[in-house]
Amino acid sequence: MRAFAYHAPASLAEAVAILRREGPGGRVLAGGTDLLVQMKERGVVPRYVLSLRAVADLSHVSFKPGRGLVIGSRASLTDVITNPIVVERYPILVESAGLVGSHQIQNLGTVGGNLCNAAPSADTAPPLIALGAILHLHSDQGERELPITDFFVGPGRTALGEGELLAEISVPEPHPRSGGAYERYTPRQEMDIAVASVASFVTLAADGSVAGVRIILGAVGPTPLQAHAAEAVLIGKRPTADVIESAAIAAVSDSRPISDQRGSETYRKHLINVLARRTLDRAVASAQG
Amino acid sequence: MAKMIVNVEVNGERQELLTEPYRTLLDLLRDNLSLTGTKEGCGTGDCGACTVLLDGRPVNSCLVLAPEAEGRHVTTVEGLAEDNRLHPIQTAFIEEGGLQCGICTPGMLMSAVALLRSNAEPSEQAIRYAISGNLCRCTGYDKIVRAIEVASKTMQADAAIASH
Repeated sequence: MRAFAYHAPASLAEAVAILRREGPGGRVLAGGTDLLVQMKERGVVPRYVLSLRAVADLSHVSFKPGRGLVIGSRASLTDVITNPIVVERYPILVESAGLVGSHQIQNLGTVGGNLCNAAPSADTAPPLIALGAILHLHSDQGERELPITDFFVGPGRTALGEGELLAEISVPEPHPRSGGAYERYTPRQEMDIAVASVASFVTLAADGSVAGVRIILGAVGPTPLQAHAAEAVLIGKRPTADVIESAAIAAVSDSRPISDQRGSETYRKHLINVLARRTLDRAVASAQG
Repeated sequence: MAKMIVNVEVNGERQELLTEPYRTLLDLLRDNLSLTGTKEGCGTGDCGACTVLLDGRPVNSCLVLAPEAEGRHVTTVEGLAEDNRLHPIQTAFIEEGGLQCGICTPGMLMSAVALLRSNAEPSEQAIRYAISGNLCRCTGYDKIVRAIEVASKTMQADAAIASH
């Protein structure tokens, strides 16, 4: 790696002040599992690295009535997976965060970093979008909230402004009659990157029909994509196998995969159909149970 | 390029290490401390040969920037044996033949130790998942899995004896 100036501020205020003072050309360091690979192999040469390791209160995972689950941007994937509140109320996050890399990667890597790195295949993105997460961003101009649906702009590109940091992720409390599931296809069992993925989150009305649904497709577009056509198939209907199958077929039309070394466009479309059906089945079962 | 001091505890000993910020924890261990048990296999967090315990959790030390280790506790393979007695996991690997060239072995041992500390009687599936971030080009993994099973039994037996 090439030389860079290293900063480890003790507070968010100090961090955003450094970002403003140093200007463009720097990188923020959370777990480092994406950044260090990019610095070693992908030609990323930051002028400075701003580490979040010493910023107080950035690694918490807690539940706040009214806000829901609050994940600090530096909380590791392991912190999220093992948190009792997440296990009990947000199992889709346990599923997705637990698929990233290996134990070693999960112990270092962070949810915040996974989002800000903004790979189209990022595993924590579709579930957090399906859950309606809100991102809390800080800069030296102040704080702002951004729905996560507005966060991803392109491959590796987010809506973070100049000198802006992701501080926290809030995930609203799920409705009692709701359930979610995340699945991805990878050629290997572990340590791989999604060829295609789907997060489904379903909320049922008292009569068992679908009151709300979000279906988010990963790795089949420049950003995670919301499967609007698939969702429209389900709204107001009872989630029978036929309806779910129709929604899964519609999800294919919502996808925009390319062909690359991990899979062809045709194969990815096939995967979306299968993964949409599987995750909808499980989400509905979870909502009913 | 200014060097910096990193204060880190390695295998129970406090160390004050001089380094440029762009080096990694792996570099600190191998080059500053001559603890060459931890290996570099890929440098990008894919192979697990560089696995050490950071505050008790297995991580790829090749992905930890040196200054990120400030104030942390690191355990390497050199820290497993106590009073010149091998750790049960080390004995099990030897007796079960869980290694050939040995390059993956330190990383495997650290992942195994972390597993057994949190799950005293892991299933085969749990063992295989625990080492899924550690690649081995020689053994085909079966004897490694067997060694971890044997070690878990030894450690449970030791704990039972110690508690009486």
